[in-house]
Amino acid sequence: MWSFSGLATGIDAWLTQRFNPALSLTIEMVLAGIAVITLFAVLGLVLVLMERKVSAWMQIRLGPNRVGPKGILQSLADTLKLLVKEGLTPNSADKLLFNFAPFLAIIVAMLLMAPIAFAKDLQLWDLNIGVLYISAVSSIMVISILIAGWSSNNKYSLMGAMRSGAQIVSYELSAGLSVLSVVVLVGSLQVSDIIKSQADGWWIFKGHIPMVVSFVTFIIAVTAETNRAPFDLAEAESELTAGFHTEYSGMKFALFFLAEYVNVFIVCAVGATLFLGGWMPFHIGHWQGFNHVMDYIPSSLWFFGKTFLLIFVIMWFRWTFPRLRIDQLLNLEWKYLLPISMVNLLVTTAMAILGWHF
Amino acid sequence: MFEEQGITPEGDLIVNVGPQHPATHGVLHLVITLNGETIKKVEPHLGYIHRSIEKMCESLSYRQFIYVTSRMDYLSAHINNHACALCVEKGLQVEVPPKAQVIRVLLDELTRIASHELWWGAMAMDIGAFTPFFHAFRERETINDIMEETCGARLTMNFMMPGGVMQDLHPNFQARVKSFIQQYKHKIGEYAELLTGNIIFKNRMKNVGVLSPEDAISYGCTGPTARGSGVSCDIRKLYPYEVYGQVDFDEILETGGDSLSRYMVRIREMQQSIRIIEQLIDGIPEGDFQAKTKAVLKLPKGEFYQRVETARGELGVYIVSEGGTTPYRIKFRSPGFSNLSVLDRIARGGKLGDLVAMMGTLDLVIPDIDR
Repeated sequence: MWSFSGLATGIDAWLTQRFNPALSLTIEMVLAGIAVITLFAVLGLVLVLMERKVSAWMQIRLGPNRVGPKGILQSLADTLKLLVKEGLTPNSADKLLFNFAPFLAIIVAMLLMAPIAFAKDLQLWDLNIGVLYISAVSSIMVISILIAGWSSNNKYSLMGAMRSGAQIVSYELSAGLSVLSVVVLVGSLQVSDIIKSQADGWWIFKGHIPMVVSFVTFIIAVTAETNRAPFDLAEAESELTAGFHTEYSGMKFALFFLAEYVNVFIVCAVGATLFLGGWMPFHIGHWQGFNHVMDYIPSSLWFFGKTFLLIFVIMWFRWTFPRLRIDQLLNLEWKYLLPISMVNLLVTTAMAILGWHF
Repeated sequence: MFEEQGITPEGDLIVNVGPQHPATHGVLHLVITLNGETIKKVEPHLGYIHRSIEKMCESLSYRQFIYVTSRMDYLSAHINNHACALCVEKGLQVEVPPKAQVIRVLLDELTRIASHELWWGAMAMDIGAFTPFFHAFRERETINDIMEETCGARLTMNFMMPGGVMQDLHPNFQARVKSFIQQYKHKIGEYAELLTGNIIFKNRMKNVGVLSPEDAISYGCTGPTARGSGVSCDIRKLYPYEVYGQVDFDEILETGGDSLSRYMVRIREMQQSIRIIEQLIDGIPEGDFQAKTKAVLKLPKGEFYQRVETARGELGVYIVSEGGTTPYRIKFRSPGFSNLSVLDRIARGGKLGDLVAMMGTLDLVIPDIDR
């Protein structure tokens, strides 16, 4: 199979031949950064369009269909509009923090891109604590929302931010615990190890019922963590107009918007990596012929296919469920999800020790 | 200093919801005192869309003033017009031909379905579900098309007039209404799948905004809001007008008094409206659609009152006549005003998210409250 590592080593060799090691490392980092930003922008455009098309499909309408063929350039036009729009800063706002918050949101989303394996050997940074890194960095997201809500000096924003703070901090626990149950089975926090361990079957199939439970918990928890409906209390447009980003306009709003969609992509990518094998093709134990055929499908296609499937599920939630109330939201986490995921982690640990998985 | 920042001396937050706010569906202004997420007080401020309709009616003739009332509760425009027409007929002592009576009731019930449809979609949107809105509008559009064909308008139909209706039904009317009923029966099951049966929805609505029957009566609540608390107040049953006395339908009563009960009352009422239409659509009597009236209407000196059941509750029309061509004084008793006044009572102690759901189930139409 063709692999991206050849490309990477090729670029590396070409650069080190011509420049000194420090400079070539810098150039490589810049290239990686450009790649991330490009991917970021493309993902934002694609996901916004996808959301609009999915919602249109569920709401018996057509969705955007005027800009470009089938409306595929609609999000590009929207971005252009947001770029040229005036970015207002309210007089009573804390100007420094107000302008800083959207950038923090976007930085967090960009940092999360690093340990995700997009295809075989296509990974920016395969650090040995990959999963821990993802959990840790994604917690910073809540700070940007809190800053945005507080510095806007608007009651709606403040309430949205406070809701969001309570919500993200709570749901991180279940998300973390369900991630841990995979880590317990694999015995490593490194993303590449987790994917390799699924070469003979994805964890959702290998791990019996506990893995299915932690997959479901994970999906619920990350939907809440990314502030998506039915857990979009931070925005809650019917109660708080737009929640924490009520006062934001123009590109500053667009950055929040983009960060939300990229976060959705990232949590779905993490879910696909942990439970559905990342870029690993669908393999069944000893069926060599079948596995061989599956290997012919490019690994990037597997990864993006699984990720977009999960994204679709999360969008499906959004367009069919009503919103929860704040006390119901916290009850769901602390009374149901957290105990379930704790017990589930214990069962998974016992399973890992006794070797009961395939 | 606290007052300036919108904080009470006890440290509670004062939040203005509206007059421009997605949840208020119009220009209603609520001043809410919040302790964290918990509501301590709700104070509605009215008057943003006051057009002095009652005063305007005083300078319009008895034929003309009916059309202004379409702009009160614009979702049950037919029923408003109907109430006014009935009141004027009471004064003139005109007998409405049976055909006109049936046409009026048919259009009333179609309006009721359309109004409840819009309520269903908007209320779902209030609690965060977007999709029902579009499904509701699909059915409402069909009704609007039927209305457009017969009355020439989609929202403010102005079809009722003293003595009958403006013109005969469109030849397509019967067939289109029948086909609408056929598909609608199937669609109403879809609603249950999409929203009514949803566990999140049930938890959001159950035991939220409980209105006791005593409160419902003492605040003057009518319509589905009161019937959700088990108060029998359907004018169509209690004081039948037109052919309502002859058709077979049930008054829907739920005893919970919470948001879910009010929701269920409206959902089941739509089915009852379908029942009424089914009974009448095949037997539209032959004859005139309008009684013979004089060119210039003059009500005898006196006071006339007529009430009807709109989609929101009891609408009363009170005309004081001095014997001239225009009313001396007109007063409308609108259902929305009394239903809104109960909001503070049921919202206290609830969460901010509940307030939106409660407002949704009260089915407020702001131009009806302000007039």
